[in-house]
Amino acid sequence: MTVTVNGEPRQLVPGTTVAELVDQLDVPAGHRGVAVAVDAEVVPRTEWDTTEVPDGARVEILVAIQGG
Amino acid sequence: MQIADVRFNSRLLLGTGGFTSLDTLGEAIDASGTELVTVALRRVSPDARGSIMDVLDRHGVRLLPNTAGCFTARDAVTTARLAREAFGTDWVKLEVIGDDRTLLPDGPQLLEAAEELVDEGFVVLPYTNDDPILARRLEEVGCAAIMPLGSPIGSGMGIRNPYNLSIIRDQTELPVILDAGVGTASDAALAMELGCDAVLCASAISRAEEPVAMATAIRKGVEAGIEARRAGRIPRRLYAEASTTFEGVPGYAHAPTER
Repeated sequence: MTVTVNGEPRQLVPGTTVAELVDQLDVPAGHRGVAVAVDAEVVPRTEWDTTEVPDGARVEILVAIQGG
Repeated sequence: MQIADVRFNSRLLLGTGGFTSLDTLGEAIDASGTELVTVALRRVSPDARGSIMDVLDRHGVRLLPNTAGCFTARDAVTTARLAREAFGTDWVKLEVIGDDRTLLPDGPQLLEAAEELVDEGFVVLPYTNDDPILARRLEEVGCAAIMPLGSPIGSGMGIRNPYNLSIIRDQTELPVILDAGVGTASDAALAMELGCDAVLCASAISRAEEPVAMATAIRKGVEAGIEARRAGRIPRRLYAEASTTFEGVPGYAHAPTER
């Protein structure tokens, strides 16, 4: 299935969880300063393991950067 | 200074944007004495240069996530919710800007987002215009501080409307934090003299020729400003008031000609 991750199309095995998708990306160890939204809804960290990414979903995976 | 239920010894908040290296950022944190620094959220990128989180952890500062880059209340609320997840804090520096040229706050959108986030339990610190009425509305919806700009973000133009800032100060018991516009130490001192509780600086420090030295200078500016405020400045007068008495002026001195 195809989802959109940070604006780019990405092929995922159906049933892939948010946690598994996050681990495919280059995020800081321990997921410090990382947050995920699926279709503009926040997925709490405690639900990453149990939330499957739906087909066609628009996923945003964000990290801490300098700013402000 | 106290914001919500947290006491701070430092009255300088540091924005982390614009530092060319994380090492310089770390040194500037030390030099500024800050206890509260802003961070932002962006899409994960493969070319990230180390983690800012490590630097901030090492310096033991408290994090203030921002919603920079949001043009609507809805986007700002989503970003704040994501920041709460990412950073484990319900504090947010709420920014909702009207366009990308002035980066000036969009008042109606800002107020809408502030109200929503307060309802969701956030400690909301809104970046706002130097508009006393908007400041009052932000207080009414439950913001934890008022953060008026001195002039546009990164402009270094200092405090363009000190009288509005004084009115904002006068009408609220909330902390007033000058956010945006500081160019150098004297701007920070003026903000404190006008009654601000703190100053937030990013570009003035991070883009200075010597960021660490400027962090020290602005810390001193903030300290000088609050001490001067407490000391009570003399009123401004149009004409002079002699500091040496005319009593006992010797006989060879001539009286001034009347005009």
